[in-house]
Amino acid sequence: MTEPLITTPLRERAAQALGDRFLHEALDIATTRFIALRRDAFGDFPEGEALRDRARAIKEATLQRLDAHLETLVANIERLGGHVHFATTAEEAREIVLDIARRTGARMAVKSKSMASEEIHLNEALEAAGVIPIETDLGEYIIQLAHERPSHIIAPAIHKTKGQVADLFAKELKREVAADPEELTRIARVELRQKFLEADLGITGANFAVADTGTVVLVTNEGNGRMVTSLPRVHVAVMGVEKVVPSMTDLMVFLQILAKSATGQKLSVYTTLVRGPRRPGELEGPDEFHLVLLDNGRIRQIAGPLREALYCLRCGACLNVCPVYRQIGGHAYGYTYPGPIGILLTAMLEGPGSVKDLAHASSLCGACADACPVRIDIPKMLVELRREIDEARIAPWTERLAYGLMERVLASPTLYRWSKPLARLLQRPFVRDGRIRSVPLAFTEWTRTRDLPALAPQTFHERWPTLK
Amino acid sequence: MSVSAAAGATPRVALMITCLADMFYPEVGERIVRLLRRLGVEVTLPTGQTCCGLPLFNSGYHGEAAAVAARTVTIFRDAEAVIVPSGSCAWMVKHEYPGLLRGRAEAADAERLAARTWEFSQFLVRRLGRTTFESDVEGPLAYHDSCHLLRGLHEGATPRTLLNNLSGAAVVPLPGSDECCGFGGSFSVRLPEVSTSILERKLANLEASGARCLVACDAGCLMQIRGGLARRNSPLRALHLAEVLKS
Repeated sequence: MTEPLITTPLRERAAQALGDRFLHEALDIATTRFIALRRDAFGDFPEGEALRDRARAIKEATLQRLDAHLETLVANIERLGGHVHFATTAEEAREIVLDIARRTGARMAVKSKSMASEEIHLNEALEAAGVIPIETDLGEYIIQLAHERPSHIIAPAIHKTKGQVADLFAKELKREVAADPEELTRIARVELRQKFLEADLGITGANFAVADTGTVVLVTNEGNGRMVTSLPRVHVAVMGVEKVVPSMTDLMVFLQILAKSATGQKLSVYTTLVRGPRRPGELEGPDEFHLVLLDNGRIRQIAGPLREALYCLRCGACLNVCPVYRQIGGHAYGYTYPGPIGILLTAMLEGPGSVKDLAHASSLCGACADACPVRIDIPKMLVELRREIDEARIAPWTERLAYGLMERVLASPTLYRWSKPLARLLQRPFVRDGRIRSVPLAFTEWTRTRDLPALAPQTFHERWPTLK
Repeated sequence: MSVSAAAGATPRVALMITCLADMFYPEVGERIVRLLRRLGVEVTLPTGQTCCGLPLFNSGYHGEAAAVAARTVTIFRDAEAVIVPSGSCAWMVKHEYPGLLRGRAEAADAERLAARTWEFSQFLVRRLGRTTFESDVEGPLAYHDSCHLLRGLHEGATPRTLLNNLSGAAVVPLPGSDECCGFGGSFSVRLPEVSTSILERKLANLEASGARCLVACDAGCLMQIRGGLARRNSPLRALHLAEVLKS
């Protein structure tokens, strides 16, 4: 599936984002706050580190026998009267949901926040089929009004300031309103209440699905997840296959670290457990329950180089601490999943060729791996992706030539020794007071904003004989 | 001050000067040699060394990086201990060489080299047990964690021990000291605007800290931070830890 968003190169997209003062301010405030909240949450929770190890081990073991766990999950959901569908591609997943919508005569769908539904571009497909999708998570509601896409995995409207949201509400809802988060939330709440009652279809993602019990688990803060799963007559959950966990005991391990990593909360405000459709005697819940299990490139990676990315809980902690994300925000990445983990997920979904530039959108500082609740070694996989891109000869020939030359010089002490007098000769026109302010070719990108040190009059190797 | 001969032979170390320190910061190497000699350590500079290969490795050119790594492993094969003035290069040798050279003739030597390689501050504190030095520069100083030393080699406390015990200069905390400076090797020229924007955050934090001098243990970070300070004609300085400790 090709993404329609990308029409300009990464570097330009990034530069554009850097020039947006509001974006910069919004990102700085939000990520700084998320980082502090997460640090405090784990600071007050000494067993957190051991739980992270355990969570990682559960993910690893679950993937080893993913087929068996999925079979158990399917059997249990069917036993509860629900339906399970397998989708190999995003297109298949869309078709399954549209089919359900057609068959049940649905005209409006309320949605709780779901990255999986973003990944398969479900909203556009629903609209085209005459079903109105309504996002009910406040952040998602805001960006749907703005005709944008999420720029953060858990805080989709992180790129907007409250002033911008007030302007948006004034324009789209024809409501003059102060830039006050409480007031803005109240308006959204009133607008959404009617939609919950009108909608035929409730669409959600899933943070987890417990195989043993057939339970789909939603972690939310606004209560909209409960409305979406209990008011409409049909509930459809879309979930990546890797989100299955074997048992409720395993689920408890993840619930103890997920919200702490995401927002610094001990638990999210709502943890919604859904088991199939409404049963006789129950007062609320849908007539029909469907789970769409999405592959879309995931299963191939169980034995692939991106395997560890399948451990991801979608908490967003790696985005908050990433120096690159903090500067450019999520939209500049250009795909559904932004940030360090997003680069890996994009490679998973769209193939390594799609990230030939994005794979380099990291200084490999390792803050992401440190913050990840399941300790995904993101920098290592980014380097691995770069290697794959290099070996597939996707990188430009000029770059491959330059690195080939670098190897020649570094692997030969003679060439290395002689490169220095040569460099001294070449740098001579550009050196002032031992520094270089502007230089053509390879380092021109450096010297636009930073001075470059001049090669020392005597290198250390050249000085060594006098040091002996 | 020398280590007593009765307690064992004089410690001998081979210096892996690294390409950046060799070409741009030779004074860092000189100070390390003088300091170690004063502490009774014999320092050698194995001939034929060039670069650890990290720039090749991080850009995905692993065949090329392995060729450079294999040479380095051979050159340092007989060294009792190897000292490296850059966290990232030390990390490359300790963390990536064994995997990169697995299955090759140099594999066993790579494992041994990884175990015997020390980053500069690590060697002083953990190997020599030396933690008190005089400062050669005026404070206040602020410490910047280089990413590979902090998150790769888990050495956040070791360099700080040296700074906090320093006589003659105050040390102040650097806000966001564990945040990347934006260097990232080829990242700094592939996405120069983003790299610079990250650097600006670091420089703003340095200014806010009240320090007159930033101290780091990585030549890559120093190139980036000094480059930014110089371009802004800032009166603040950025020095390698070895330039701060009186030799």
